[in-house]
Amino acid sequence: MSEIPQRQSLQGNQACALGAIAAGCRLFAGYPITPSSEIAERMSKELPAVDGVFIQMEDEIASMAACLGGSMGGVKSMTATSGPGFSLKQENIGYGIQAEVPCVVINVMRGGPSTGMPTRPAQGDVMQARWGTHGDHPIIVLTPASVQEIYQQTIQAFNFSETYRIPVVVLYDEAIGHLIDTVDLPHAKDIETTERKWASGPASDYLPYQADEDGIPPMPLPGDGYRTHTTGLTHLENGFPTQVPADVTRVTSRLLDKIENHRDAIEQYELISCEDAEILLVAFGITARSSERAINIAREKGIKVGLLRPVTLWPFPEKVFKQLAERAKHVLVAEMNAGQLILEIERLCPSGTMVSGINKFDGESIQPDEILSRIEECGHE
Amino acid sequence: MSDAVMPLKLTEKPAHKTTGQFEIRDYLRLDLFPHFLCPGCGHGIALRALLWAIHDLDIEKDQLAVVSGIGCSGRLSAYIDANTFHTTHGRPIAFATGLKLARPDLHVIVITGDGDCLAIGGNHLIHAARRNLDITCIMLNNEVYGMTGGQVSPTTSLDRFTTTTPMGNQEPGFDACALAKGAGATFVGREVTLQTTALKNLMQEGIAHQGFSFVEVISDCTEVYGRKNDLGSSPEMVLSQKRSILPKFDGTAVDKPFRAGDWETGVLSREDRPEYYAAYRAHCHRVLGK
Repeated sequence: MSEIPQRQSLQGNQACALGAIAAGCRLFAGYPITPSSEIAERMSKELPAVDGVFIQMEDEIASMAACLGGSMGGVKSMTATSGPGFSLKQENIGYGIQAEVPCVVINVMRGGPSTGMPTRPAQGDVMQARWGTHGDHPIIVLTPASVQEIYQQTIQAFNFSETYRIPVVVLYDEAIGHLIDTVDLPHAKDIETTERKWASGPASDYLPYQADEDGIPPMPLPGDGYRTHTTGLTHLENGFPTQVPADVTRVTSRLLDKIENHRDAIEQYELISCEDAEILLVAFGITARSSERAINIAREKGIKVGLLRPVTLWPFPEKVFKQLAERAKHVLVAEMNAGQLILEIERLCPSGTMVSGINKFDGESIQPDEILSRIEECGHE
Repeated sequence: MSDAVMPLKLTEKPAHKTTGQFEIRDYLRLDLFPHFLCPGCGHGIALRALLWAIHDLDIEKDQLAVVSGIGCSGRLSAYIDANTFHTTHGRPIAFATGLKLARPDLHVIVITGDGDCLAIGGNHLIHAARRNLDITCIMLNNEVYGMTGGQVSPTTSLDRFTTTTPMGNQEPGFDACALAKGAGATFVGREVTLQTTALKNLMQEGIAHQGFSFVEVISDCTEVYGRKNDLGSSPEMVLSQKRSILPKFDGTAVDKPFRAGDWETGVLSREDRPEYYAAYRAHCHRVLGK
């Protein structure tokens, strides 16, 4: 039987740092930015104690690059930022995707565009997290909704990144990042951590991008004799560039399929009161918490409403959503932006379903009564 | 005919490794040849000098990591039989910083160019120099963006023609060595490709140096720079380089070819300062009482 977890009062960003340490992160490269700076601050304190390395780089781009370098050296690496910094990191996130470098990027969302509102919460990076870097690419984005979940999802992010050899984004809003809550920290032996698949066998036969049956190639560790080449250029199984159309199609498809074919293992979500829901609410992060409250009140009033909370924002939990949407007359999407996730919802809904958004982008979180009044409007139609 | 007089094709591995003797083929990924560099490009000579230095330092290829950025210089890492990383434009030093911090046991060498290192990557250069992490940065300066077709770079000499200075360059260029030194690099040197042995010795000293070392290689681009400026083809450019190198009494030299001003070569500065990683780790252990 597990020991009783350690109970602590923690801020969301602090929980993120502790989750990273628990996941085995031993290198953090960052740059100060509101509202994520507490992650770097806590990492600078925690890492030396576990013989890890903290470095404050000269800018956001360098932080992402150092994170990639650390991971290619065989050490689990992380960086953390907010909107403007997330924009700057995009090119190197793309490199991480193309060269298949496991790493974790935390993006604590604030109001935007541009400098926007540094200390105000927002959920405006839904599409940037999906499509921020150029070209066709897969990505995994996790959206915790509580301080406890920030801790767990940061560990999950490392596990996914190591398993699938891909940068994983943990996306949460300033409200959750700065929320102080009680968190149960499990003991180390109760934490499940994943290590990447290392290359083994003779170096002469080894191709660094030759995937196993699961679509994921084992990684070479510098010093182990494989002496491979890593590039952001589109490359063959041997790691060297190609522009031959058939080869490009093959290797890029494998990159995309690597995530697509593992959707069932990756997609995570929470369903609340969905069994008989005629009105389906979709919300994540802090907005999901307001939504839950609104649903409880609406249910007391006899309105059949349920909540789908995607924990994996990308890939979006399509299968479960489609099942729920078949039954729903109305789908409401609550998000702290002018309408981003709703685009994906509209794409997935059967024709004839009424889809509407509950949107707010004024730096305030969406309140339960604002959601409730919209649920009631749908219920009376 | 004996092996001694029968020259090997570049792509042939020597039958027996001649111990002690530098054999470039031992350090190259020969199946990638022929290489993509233009005829007359100085980068190949720089690569040879680097591999020779690595050989003379007895560095195991498994323990060698070469990180490059984007541009002609960026493509060189692929030819080296080591752990090689062709990263994004301007970022090899930042990538190498993460790699070296994760793996202080590796010898980490950055190959970069004048555009990669001084324009888009300038911020990383000065901060790496300030930190003094044990990385060797080899900057190949050919005064031009070659890969993209010959645009003006931060080191293009005054009045030179490039595809983006059709009326002649009017921007002053960087003295990269002065910049690196000013930012705190603890080993700074410059050499021309013509003096291959001196270049190899300089690189060797740079790699052996504990801390951030910066070596500027005065390379030449015949195809999109030399031709556009009537500097001739490779032989003319190299001969002009030879004519324009002026030895000084202290063993250093001055290089002038194709360039405005004098460019001093050799070891330009050296400083003894704590290496970043060792200092970080020792300090943490001290504070934590480990």
